[in-house]
Amino acid sequence: MFCPGCGIGTVMNCFYRAFAEVGMNQDKTVFVSGIGCSSRIIGYIRADSIHTTHGRALAVATGIKLANPDLNVVVFSGDGDIGAIGGNHFINAARRNVDISVFCINNFIYGMTGGQASTTTPHKSYSTTTPYGNAEYPFDLSELAVTAGANFVARWTVRNVKELTMSMQKALNKRGFSFVEIASPCPTSFGRRNRMPEPKQMFEWLKIISVKREKSKAWGLDQLDLNIGGQITIGEFVERNRAPFGMIP
Amino acid sequence: MRLSQGTYFMQGNEACVEGAIMAGLRFYAGYPITPSTEIAEGLALRLPEEGGVFIQMEDEIASISAAIGASWTGAKVMTATSGPGFSLMQESIGYAAMTETPLVIVDAMRGGPSTGLPTMVGQGDVMQARYGSHGDYPVIALAASTVQDMFDQTIRAFNLSEKYRVPTILLSDAEVGHMRGRFSVPSKVEIVERRIRTDRVWHDGFAYDESLVPRFPVFGSGSRVHVTGLSHDIAGYPRSDFEVHEELVHRLSDKVTIHKDDICRVDTTRPGASVMIVTFGSPTLAAREAIKGREDVGLVELKTIWPFPDEQVANSIAGATDVIVVEMNLGQVFREVERVACAIGGRKARLLSKVGGEVTTPEEILHFVDRGA
Repeated sequence: MFCPGCGIGTVMNCFYRAFAEVGMNQDKTVFVSGIGCSSRIIGYIRADSIHTTHGRALAVATGIKLANPDLNVVVFSGDGDIGAIGGNHFINAARRNVDISVFCINNFIYGMTGGQASTTTPHKSYSTTTPYGNAEYPFDLSELAVTAGANFVARWTVRNVKELTMSMQKALNKRGFSFVEIASPCPTSFGRRNRMPEPKQMFEWLKIISVKREKSKAWGLDQLDLNIGGQITIGEFVERNRAPFGMIP
Repeated sequence: MRLSQGTYFMQGNEACVEGAIMAGLRFYAGYPITPSTEIAEGLALRLPEEGGVFIQMEDEIASISAAIGASWTGAKVMTATSGPGFSLMQESIGYAAMTETPLVIVDAMRGGPSTGLPTMVGQGDVMQARYGSHGDYPVIALAASTVQDMFDQTIRAFNLSEKYRVPTILLSDAEVGHMRGRFSVPSKVEIVERRIRTDRVWHDGFAYDESLVPRFPVFGSGSRVHVTGLSHDIAGYPRSDFEVHEELVHRLSDKVTIHKDDICRVDTTRPGASVMIVTFGSPTLAAREAIKGREDVGLVELKTIWPFPDEQVANSIAGATDVIVVEMNLGQVFREVERVACAIGGRKARLLSKVGGEVTTPEEILHFVDRGA
């Protein structure tokens, strides 16, 4: 059900490889999602899966993990779920450091409802609700996760399939809250209104604006910049081992 | 340890905690709000002792969501709140009804609307308990009037929710939750367990029999079930066909309707009296006091509010010429009683309404019975 040029298929492919590599038991893994394009992924996985209300995936995932710690809990979510309607659940789940893995597909827009500005839409970009250009500045979801206390945080674009797959493996293996943000193209709803109607153009755009963390460090900047300075810093941002909630070592 | 047979003296909210543990509660998620907070505090202490999980979430939306997630692991789950939190939970109550997730919600009613009277009693959430979420969906709502009820009805709420896979609301209020009193635990308490299945279910995870209640596939048991709030077929996968949606919405509601006899309960004192008082919750004790020594006045105590016990109420008021509803709102149960009274032959019902946070007194009830208004 994804549009031509959508990045979600790539994310699914990377995830399946990571999941197989890690060797998780499919029958002991529960997939949780909220509402939006990214949330439809779990309907294509033959496993226990729950498609919740908008924004509540992390709260539902918390309940599942705490009630049965033997289960692996994987969340697929988007920038609407994580950055806006479920923002409170996001920072609190990271703070609580519940042992779940969260994969957030950030396409900078509300795709399913037809292209409204989200909390990650770049400044000055056009959308159906920012016809004069976005006056707001975007959230940096990865930076929020680091600050709130997640054990593992990484961000890649769908161009970085190898790095993304590796980070997904790390996230699945990590005990505690792990968060992987994937910058993903939406030519239909974002590109079309921002002079990038072709999937190829969106992939080019992602290439131009993404800067590996090592490189941005060399520039004297180690910020998890998401478009505030016009770039997306990609890489792994934190890896630590705070005891997950409910599992006292 | 679960309470053994005997008599106990506790606060209503504490009795609710013990009732939940007796019913087999395994997971509680909640957010502090007066006048329900003692339930969370009690379970924070008691649940770990029983091997269960207590968590304080970031808000009421997260609380009910976590409870829904936990329920899908096969656990008996509960959350408790009051008016403002109950409002926040409405979307997820609809979700629990749509996904047939067993779940108990205690709503300790206080004066509303909005922040209202946080520490004082009200009964204004009756209609919200039934119709608060969007769309047509089933709920079960029970009422508690005494400390004994807080124990018994909590257990009953779990039993009905597990049996019918319907979110079940226990409507208590600031007075009933905070009053202290005696209650007794019988030697044998009926506890209902969820009908589960552990086979692969991706073709028929929501298949049902004549009870209309599908057996419950437990997460992690190899079921590979898909759960969604979208309109779905018996496989559990999204379908927007007209027939599928129609069948689903009808079945969800019928699931409660066809079991009304099992769900609905009223306690009637002096059926056939010429004046019948209908009430629930905190005015109940005042009404019991008021009818003492008055052979002409009977009392109908509603133990089930939703689905409304039409038949039981109709039988109880059939011989009355004067039907009086006592409730602490501007008339919510009153509409239902009025409808039932009209259906059995044009009887008019009268409403003794009181808001303001003070409990209705026996004198006020008697005055209304004898002189009206």
